[in-house]
Amino acid sequence: MTAQAQQNVAVTADGVEVRSRRKDFLKAFFSNRLAVFGTIVMAVFILAAIFAPVVAPYGPYAQDLTGKFAGPSLAHPFGRDELGRDILSRVIYGARISLTAGLAAVVFSTVVGTLIGLTAGYAGKWVDSVLMRLMDVLLAFPSILLAIVIVTILGQGLTNAMLAVGIVYVPQLARVVRSAVISVRERDYIEAERALGASHTRIVFSGILPNSLAPLIVQATLTLATAILDIAALSFLGLGAQAPSPEWGAMLTDAFRSGYGVFVSGQHAILFPGIAIALSVLSVNFIGDGLRDAFDPRRRR
Amino acid sequence: MVFFMVRAIPGDPAQILLGQNATPQQVHEIRARLGLDKPLPIQYLDFIEGAVRGDLGNSIVTGRPVTTELAVRFPATLELTAFAMIVAIIVGIPVGVISAVKQYSWLDKIASVFALTGISMPIFWLAMILIVIFGVRLDILPFPGRLSSGEAIPSVTGLVLVDSLIAGNFGAFWDGFLHLLMPAAALGTIPMGTIMRMTRSSMLEVMGEDYVRTARAKGVMPWRVVFKHALKNAMLPTITVIGLQVGLLMGGAVITETIFSWPGVGQIAYESVFRRDYAMIQGVVLYGAFLFVLINLVVDVLYAILDPRVRY
Repeated sequence: MTAQAQQNVAVTADGVEVRSRRKDFLKAFFSNRLAVFGTIVMAVFILAAIFAPVVAPYGPYAQDLTGKFAGPSLAHPFGRDELGRDILSRVIYGARISLTAGLAAVVFSTVVGTLIGLTAGYAGKWVDSVLMRLMDVLLAFPSILLAIVIVTILGQGLTNAMLAVGIVYVPQLARVVRSAVISVRERDYIEAERALGASHTRIVFSGILPNSLAPLIVQATLTLATAILDIAALSFLGLGAQAPSPEWGAMLTDAFRSGYGVFVSGQHAILFPGIAIALSVLSVNFIGDGLRDAFDPRRRR
Repeated sequence: MVFFMVRAIPGDPAQILLGQNATPQQVHEIRARLGLDKPLPIQYLDFIEGAVRGDLGNSIVTGRPVTTELAVRFPATLELTAFAMIVAIIVGIPVGVISAVKQYSWLDKIASVFALTGISMPIFWLAMILIVIFGVRLDILPFPGRLSSGEAIPSVTGLVLVDSLIAGNFGAFWDGFLHLLMPAAALGTIPMGTIMRMTRSSMLEVMGEDYVRTARAKGVMPWRVVFKHALKNAMLPTITVIGLQVGLLMGGAVITETIFSWPGVGQIAYESVFRRDYAMIQGVVLYGAFLFVLINLVVDVLYAILDPRVRY
């Protein structure tokens, strides 16, 4: 009865605390103009991706060889590519592939990295040493080279490219989680949970993980930016999405491989998919920077 | 030090990865010829034994030793990446310093947006846009390759800029220099942005320190405060970042060299992937990891020199 009452008080107090912090956080985040810009741009990209069949004026694969490299016009605002396909429509459909691929890769590295980081940080001792040395070994390879090797082993294709990029970024997330875990591991409330007889799993997931979330979210967001770039780069090297996929990197490869003419008459076929990549990566970076500043009261202006 | 020894090992996991999964994909006779039919541990031991003796096996495609192929192509990559890195440092650090000293000025804002845009840009796109603007529209920069077809210089070091000077051929030097500009710009933009951001943020941190305030209060000239007191300390994190950027440059070199037909290590890495030239891929990756670890070791030594608190 008494314990129950105490718990209720604690919950209410905690609830109040969390809510006001959340308000502070949102205020700090949305007062950052670049972060707001990033959020809006990403929202537009995501909506375009979801409603692609409605928004796109043409099908992503509809060819018309008579319109090869036709420049931007009212009917085709972004012009047409080397097979006369509408570039605007392909960029819109490409958002589905490029953004989900990046997201999937980051989800993979976040889940695996979190598990490794939690285990290493919480268990300590030799488990920590072994896991982190393993991560160091992965980190010793330049990321794109490592991704290329992994895709070579697994075979070409978008799924494998996603997996490769996911694996490459596991160590970074594991490190972030591990250091967050170590910084909270010895706190009193964890000690208290342990004294109450909570299991290790419970301590890790309800005591430690929530308090390591801030750096994890920031790192995952910034990783999303590089993951989108890396997947596009792998596609460009012909290791990721294959033609005729409207993945943004693959669109650039197809244009590039169509020959020298693209530099002379098909410049818009290079311009727009690249802008889509750069703009989405830039927005994610803005959001990541904004989150980092908002999570850290010392960095707020 | 133990840490670096562990980091220096990473050759073997790559071999394990490549070996395990690569073998089933080989045709049997080729496997026999290349010794790939032997049990994995033996292959692995062979490889390690060879690697220790400086032998990475022969390229499956050309039949020449992997180390020879790498040695032939290394200077081209070295010239490209070193040039890109030097430009990135020469531009990145001063701009970062100015941004920090004149925080929130218009120059700071432009530099910050430029830096973030720089690190958000796909290298291959930037390279293609540069070709469109400078190579085709304005037609002022030559591409692809390292020299125009008419130019020929005797190879001494393999570095076009150095060889042309040795030969006293200033026309070739200029031609090589112009060929270098676009790939280097494409490759150097991301490191430049990263260096700029790192310099700015560590300068800002240092400028708020007590000793900088003390120096100011003592009446030390403002530029002296910036360069002598602040910059020296702010360089530490920047140097670390520069070391890490080298890894990124090697990845970027694969893409840049492919686009500009630059006959370097990156180009052969790309080609080997398509030819399934496992020995070559292994060699390139090992070489990349080795260089990366080596450069970061140098960075750590530099760190110890610059910061007396760090001792090994």
